Amino acid sequence: MQVEQIAVFLENKSGRLAEITATLAYHGINIRALSVADTADFGILRLIVDNVELAKKVLKDAGFTVGITNVVAVEVADRSGGLAQVLMTIEKARLNVEYMYAFVNKSGENAVLIFRFDEMDKAIAALQQDKFTILSGAQICAL
Amino acid sequence: MTTLYWEEEIETLPRVGLESIQLTRLKHLVARVYATVAPYRAKMDAAGIKPADIQSLADLSKLPFTVKDDLRDNYPFGLFTVPMEQVVRVHASSGTTGKPTVVGYTRKDIETWSGVMARALTCAGATSHDMIHNAYGYGLFTGGLGAHYGVERLGATVIPVSGGNTKRQITIMQDFRSSVLLATPSYALNLADTMEELGVDPKSLALRVGIFGAEPWSENMRAEVERKLGIRAVDIYGLSEVIGPGVAMQCLETDRGMHIFEDHFLPEIIDPDTGEVLPPGEKGELVFTTLTKEAFPLIRYRTKDISRLTYEKCACGRTMVRMEKVTGRTDDMLIIRGVNVFPSQVEHVLMGTEGVEPHYQIVVNREGNLDTMAVRVEVSEALFSDEVKTLEKLSRKIQTDIKDLLGVSCKVQLVEPRTIQRSEGKAQRVIDNRKL
Repeated sequence: MQVEQIAVFLENKSGRLAEITATLAYHGINIRALSVADTADFGILRLIVDNVELAKKVLKDAGFTVGITNVVAVEVADRSGGLAQVLMTIEKARLNVEYMYAFVNKSGENAVLIFRFDEMDKAIAALQQDKFTILSGAQICAL
Repeated sequence: MTTLYWEEEIETLPRVGLESIQLTRLKHLVARVYATVAPYRAKMDAAGIKPADIQSLADLSKLPFTVKDDLRDNYPFGLFTVPMEQVVRVHASSGTTGKPTVVGYTRKDIETWSGVMARALTCAGATSHDMIHNAYGYGLFTGGLGAHYGVERLGATVIPVSGGNTKRQITIMQDFRSSVLLATPSYALNLADTMEELGVDPKSLALRVGIFGAEPWSENMRAEVERKLGIRAVDIYGLSEVIGPGVAMQCLETDRGMHIFEDHFLPEIIDPDTGEVLPPGEKGELVFTTLTKEAFPLIRYRTKDISRLTYEKCACGRTMVRMEKVTGRTDDMLIIRGVNVFPSQVEHVLMGTEGVEPHYQIVVNREGNLDTMAVRVEVSEALFSDEVKTLEKLSRKIQTDIKDLLGVSCKVQLVEPRTIQRSEGKAQRVIDNRKL
């Protein structure tokens, strides 16, 4: 139950993010969630989109370095302690979070947490064991 | 002002006398090299030249050139002419493809070297009364130890401070009353700026003259060093293959060129494309034959430095030919903080890093007074990761590998694909923003 995420390499110069979003918009690709990791010299843009294959192709054509990584999307109730519970499960299993980001879905009742773990399969097993809701790519796009 | 000489007789010898000494030494050298070094013998045989064919200095042009590749092919000691038990020291400088160029010295070579270095120091007006601050790096690089032995030979006091730790250097200059500074010109400017930061007035120091070399520097830079430090700034030339510092030295009477110590190092200027010897005054590639070296003599070594020779009489009375400040290179070698850097070495490191594509660029800047090198590497899909730590680990690895191989630190910049300009034919690998 993993979700494909698009990652794009960004040099720190003005206009690059705008170019990426304009390229996606032009091809009618919708962004469901995104995060930017930045360092002094470069950035990495991570995106969950409704059409991964098309997004990869059009961004590559536009000259970007693009990678696809698997992440886990966990749906939790949008209330205090939602994230903390997930992290307790991960800690119990002695796993590490490489990075994460989150968004709240349209209804506002639930939040979706996107995770990259050091050991993805073990993390998914631990989350399933503790009865967390793991979403597929299609489910995220349908939210 | 009376000119000081270290060896007045030879330094002011009429040219006819000098040339006679050169010819005797050249004949002896060619005969010895032919008899003892197989690679030289093979080259001379291939060119159909025998030692007996050298009957005048003009016959020098019949001999084949020696190039850096010959040194690399015979790495490390293949061109030495004496058994290792007679070699008392080796030095090395960076080579073009990762292997350093190794040079060796007999006890007599060290004497020759400290002798020419003492001559050079005297050219700059140094005497046994001086306190000489040697900020050239000590180690495999010839700068530090070469200058060190020269100062001891002169009978002055050497402060073997080496490079770095600038604040301590300034304290030493104040407390020890350093009167002569040996350094790269960019380091001299760094010292001047640090003095300003610390509120140290250079006039309060005992510094009188600076002897600068090991990297290219312009007349503008000379004026800047002289103004900022309140000293005379003179030029020294040398390269490890020929002996190290002390091949040629500017005197105090002129800013136009450095006297080549021709009784030891016989210069020629050639057309770098045809190899033809050019007449005096023409600009071309500087070539040296070492007339007196024992362990590692060189015949017609192509330095790839661009210069010209003038036989005009010098006000100092020295009869030895002067070479103009080196104005360029025939290859793409860069000198970064006194270290020779070939783009091919950087490429070697990058190609040894998995996933790196052969699109890179070296950007050299002078920040403040220090040269900085940045290597721009395109991030291909194979290199890319969505995790910051993986990319940072990659740039750190390249940095460390370059530092290990070249001995110079650099900054690695990861850039987007196709941002490094592709050129038709020869790629522009180097952007040198230094105003030299």
